[in-house]
Amino acid sequence: MELHTFRCCDSSFEEKNKFNDDKNQTLSSEEQIEVEESVKKQYTHFKHRLEIDHECILPVLDREMHSAFLQKGLSNLSSSYECLDASRPWLCYWILHSLELLDEPLSDETISQVAKFLGKCQCETGGFAGGPGQHAHLAPTYAAVNALCILGTEEAFRIIDRGAYCAASAARLTNIMTPELFDGTPEWIVRCQTYEGGFAGCPGMEAHGGYSFCGLAALTLLNKTNLCDVKNVLMRYEGGFQGRTNKLVDGCYSFWQGGAFPLIHMILTMHSTKDDSSLSAESWLFHQKALQEYVLVCCQYPGGGLIDKPGSGLSIAQHFAGGKLSHVLNIGHENNIVRPTHPVYNVCVDKVVHADMFFKQLPPPKSASKSPNT
Amino acid sequence: MNKDLHKELTYITNVINKHPKNYQVWHHRRVIVERLQDPGRELDFTASILQDDAKNYHAWQHRQWVIREFDLWDNELGYVEKLLRDDLRNNSAWNQRYFVVNHTTGFTDDVIEREISVLLDRQLQNYPSVLAFCQQLYEDRYRSPYLMAYMIDTYEEMLEQESDDRAATLKKAEQLCNALADEYDQIRGEYWNYVARSLTSRYGSQTNTVEQEVS
Repeated sequence: MELHTFRCCDSSFEEKNKFNDDKNQTLSSEEQIEVEESVKKQYTHFKHRLEIDHECILPVLDREMHSAFLQKGLSNLSSSYECLDASRPWLCYWILHSLELLDEPLSDETISQVAKFLGKCQCETGGFAGGPGQHAHLAPTYAAVNALCILGTEEAFRIIDRGAYCAASAARLTNIMTPELFDGTPEWIVRCQTYEGGFAGCPGMEAHGGYSFCGLAALTLLNKTNLCDVKNVLMRYEGGFQGRTNKLVDGCYSFWQGGAFPLIHMILTMHSTKDDSSLSAESWLFHQKALQEYVLVCCQYPGGGLIDKPGSGLSIAQHFAGGKLSHVLNIGHENNIVRPTHPVYNVCVDKVVHADMFFKQLPPPKSASKSPNT
Repeated sequence: MNKDLHKELTYITNVINKHPKNYQVWHHRRVIVERLQDPGRELDFTASILQDDAKNYHAWQHRQWVIREFDLWDNELGYVEKLLRDDLRNNSAWNQRYFVVNHTTGFTDDVIEREISVLLDRQLQNYPSVLAFCQQLYEDRYRSPYLMAYMIDTYEEMLEQESDDRAATLKKAEQLCNALADEYDQIRGEYWNYVARSLTSRYGSQTNTVEQEVS
């Protein structure tokens, strides 16, 4: 790749994109400037490496290192992960999905072990908990169902007891969706949309990237997409996304925010007239190259794994969400291409199809299963 | 039982101080407060967490729940104003401002006047409209993407309402979109190009012949 094809190497890049605090210094602006300085070092270092990159392969997604980090994490995580003790199905899902994006196979033994562990997280009352012996909750249920669909074996599918409460995604994937199950849900979700256009975790709270994705995906699954004015919060300098207005860039929002764009594209397409060709057929409504540059140049941890920003520690969650690069447009070597993922379920498309085929054979429950209020 | 709950509240206070971004500990605190039916420590506690991290989502969520549940609206606008003096860019504080106004006075004309005067300096009174003020700024070579985006939003509204001179309004909106995509907000170029195409597609057909004559 020649220098001029990278956004971060453009001669006017600094001048055009650097944060301007308008001579009004606050904590938010100080932190932003600090992050830009740190990112600048990464981009500068990258430019130097480009000068001797005669084979034009940079930037390189370090697949081997990342895979090793993920495989290790499946069986063993450090004590700093104690704080996620109530989220163990999430850890399974994040790791499994990252491995499937990298097209890394798992041994039959590992698949069976993970499936059995998730089985131990399932509750008699229905749904999955954050760990064996804990209370069931929608969040680990979502994660566990997705993880089991990625594993994709009959053993994994049979673990899911479809009898009781699941969220929209889990319900759709396992074919237990009934009209009563989500009565009133779309209306509640829409109440979570704020004056900024994004969605909050609950009515009244601040718009947030993570919840914006969940809100949009849920409305899509429930076939109640209203045209939301989801404001683009792509960071000018770094190239990655921030989670909220005036907050800092974070690799994980590559997924939460970036992943919302295919949904937005779909919604806009559905709502447009036949003759309306405003939507691009070639790219999503955000700067894909800038995002890839940010993740590949600034967010790869030397020992394997992806991080939120330069200087951050490793985190499985950050890795999972940062890895969802577009499979269509890529920069650097063609080895950087990762497998495409289903934009709503966040599982690779072939696994969704496989799960769908399995569960469609089973009838939906006869009576509506109402979820207990959390 | 209550005595134990007060001890438990002290316990969870310590845990949250060590792990302020963990979901489970905040949930636990809410359950205790609900059972105690006593919000006495909550505003001070959330304020202390926000002192260290003024944008902690869990703290704000807990604070909003307490205020709504126990009707503690009275001093919240004052608290928000203090945070905005500390950091005008704190979006969580702005969101809280909306939350309080929405649930108390609502956005009446008086309130809107007050909110606008909080945001802008007195110059606005010299202009017939906010748009006129923005257009003046633009003419004075201000090129903030937020300014230009606001003007595009306003032009779009005018086009929807079929006000006069649609062709000219559409052209101004398109020029702003192009300027943003090409120069002043390149990172959102795909979006601005889409907006321009979308506006042309919706409002361009009535103005096509005029466009051709002008160019």
